[in-house]
Amino acid sequence: MPDGPSGAPGAGGVFGRSANETGVSILTATAPPETSEDLDLGGDSRARGADRSFRGLVTLAGLMVLVILALILVTTTLRAMPALRDEGLWGFITGTRWAPNEDIFGTFPMLYGTLVTSLIGMIVAVPVSIGIALFITEIAHRRVRKYIVTVVDLLATIPSVVFGLVGVLVVVPFITDWYQGFARLVDPIPVLSSIFDESNTGRNYFTAGLVLAIMTIPIITSIAREVFDTVPETDKQAAYALGATRWEMIRGAVLPHSFGGLVGASMLGLGRAMGETIAVALVIGGSFHISANMFDTGNTMAAVIAQQWGESTGLHTDALVGIGVVLFAITIIINFVARWVVRRAETKMRGAHS
Amino acid sequence: MTTVTQGGPPDLSGKNLSLRRAAANRAATIGIGLCVLIAAFPLILVAYQVVVRGGSAIGLDFLTEEIARNYRTAGGGMGPAIVGTLLITGMAALIAIPIGVLGAVYLNEYGKDRPLAKFIRTMADVMTGVPSIVMGLFIYVAYVLVIGERTGFGGALALACLMLPIVIRSTEEMLRLVPDELRQASAALGARKWRTTLSVVLPTASSGITSGSLLAVARAAGETAPIIVTVGLTYLYRPDLFAGQNTTLAAQIYRNATQPFEASQERAWGAALVLIAIVFLFTILSRIISARFAIDRR
Repeated sequence: MPDGPSGAPGAGGVFGRSANETGVSILTATAPPETSEDLDLGGDSRARGADRSFRGLVTLAGLMVLVILALILVTTTLRAMPALRDEGLWGFITGTRWAPNEDIFGTFPMLYGTLVTSLIGMIVAVPVSIGIALFITEIAHRRVRKYIVTVVDLLATIPSVVFGLVGVLVVVPFITDWYQGFARLVDPIPVLSSIFDESNTGRNYFTAGLVLAIMTIPIITSIAREVFDTVPETDKQAAYALGATRWEMIRGAVLPHSFGGLVGASMLGLGRAMGETIAVALVIGGSFHISANMFDTGNTMAAVIAQQWGESTGLHTDALVGIGVVLFAITIIINFVARWVVRRAETKMRGAHS
Repeated sequence: MTTVTQGGPPDLSGKNLSLRRAAANRAATIGIGLCVLIAAFPLILVAYQVVVRGGSAIGLDFLTEEIARNYRTAGGGMGPAIVGTLLITGMAALIAIPIGVLGAVYLNEYGKDRPLAKFIRTMADVMTGVPSIVMGLFIYVAYVLVIGERTGFGGALALACLMLPIVIRSTEEMLRLVPDELRQASAALGARKWRTTLSVVLPTASSGITSGSLLAVARAAGETAPIIVTVGLTYLYRPDLFAGQNTTLAAQIYRNATQPFEASQERAWGAALVLIAIVFLFTILSRIISARFAIDRR
């Protein structure tokens, strides 16, 4: 067993040691103090056995990923079966009434809330993230770039529960008046007035969407940056040579080249937003109806699991696990497609320019 | 015709840009810059609020005392939650990092471009997108229900599942940076592949692996959803992860933030400050270690 990297848990002393190890490892590792036994090049069966069992060990470790994913699917589906059978899969997903006391489990209001909040999140986060990525790759001076990357990285490290805490105790009380003001402002406009209607609370779809936007900005930004980095320098220089301004260069050379990758990045952000639990649970309000009003309270699939887990028993628990299964399926599909889109876009670019 | 008589290099300063194009360029630059401010604003807001509000709640008592049972009354601390966070996250790291590193060894040293390795790589990427609450439900069904009790170890398992794909992918990234010459040199000295891997490849990549793993640990330390599903709740110190319910800082923040009482909200802010401090510590450690690695790569 490797002692440096694999045995490194949260304990502080280990890090110092492994850092020292690397300092010397390149010098010593190429000429390790071998015993005469190890120098035997003839493949005796014990040495071959060691090789084979090590190979088996690492393969097993690699397979763990597949095993865990399969186990998630099987065990949670089995557990959720009673609730799913009670409603039928279709009824479970499309039913609009959630009444655990009467054993009625229709999860459509939560599905709706999940879609609406993550959509709001994406509408805000995607342009902002693309803007940040463009700033980092095309505009910022190299010295400034470092700090902006740090800001985005720090944003990614803040735990979601802290976003939720700030959201519910700071943003919600402050922003409620703004919502009411905005609702009055758009009142005369037909469609907008029903989307942004009066409400008496800041805990609503829109606040949840804003929190999700902040939480997905880091992931979308980092992938958008990778995508922009694959744009060939020659294309950019060619655009400048034709007399383009920087913005025209971005529009003509960078964005068309990156479109596929940006779609993938946005989908990854969407997957993250749909699965986000705690921050949303704190700011969404927790009601079970379907409302076109973005300033109305609601719920999402992930949030309802966290909110009701403590007081659930029996079929109710099974139904919550069932919501988890549906959520798992949705996020897996989105992630799979997104990775595929990103990879395809990347290979297409590389193929064209190498 | 006229160009010949004018002579000299063409004017590239951009002064002759049409007003419309210049304005579009300026507006786009400002818009893009604004995006950065939009991202910086929540970071500053969160940092400011947590430091100011958490700072007033925090003290030595807060860090060591047991958790108050009543939401309404002030007093009590977060001692058990701090210990719980460190123990559960540490246990998760103990499980996930060895498996993850070995899995990455398979992907980079053995599997390479084989269909199975490619498939595992894709599924590891997909696994990073599995919502943390789903991991919690999985461990609840597959472990908590089986042993019949919510324990700290259940939470550690859930966090380990979340960390595993991150560790695998970051470690593989680092192993790919190890120059092939080192592997060949080791093989030329007669070392078998397992020996080459353990005593040459992994040590060379060790600081990169450590920094990637630390980042995964930092992520896991702030997770709430899987914890409230699998770990339960306690007010007392519970250093034994295998018996009895436990608690973490993140779970305490969530629990206290949902209450309308001044005292509990105060506790939530204090816990948030401690949690952010822990997460930052891991992140900064990771940064320092990866900065050292950059020197190694030269």
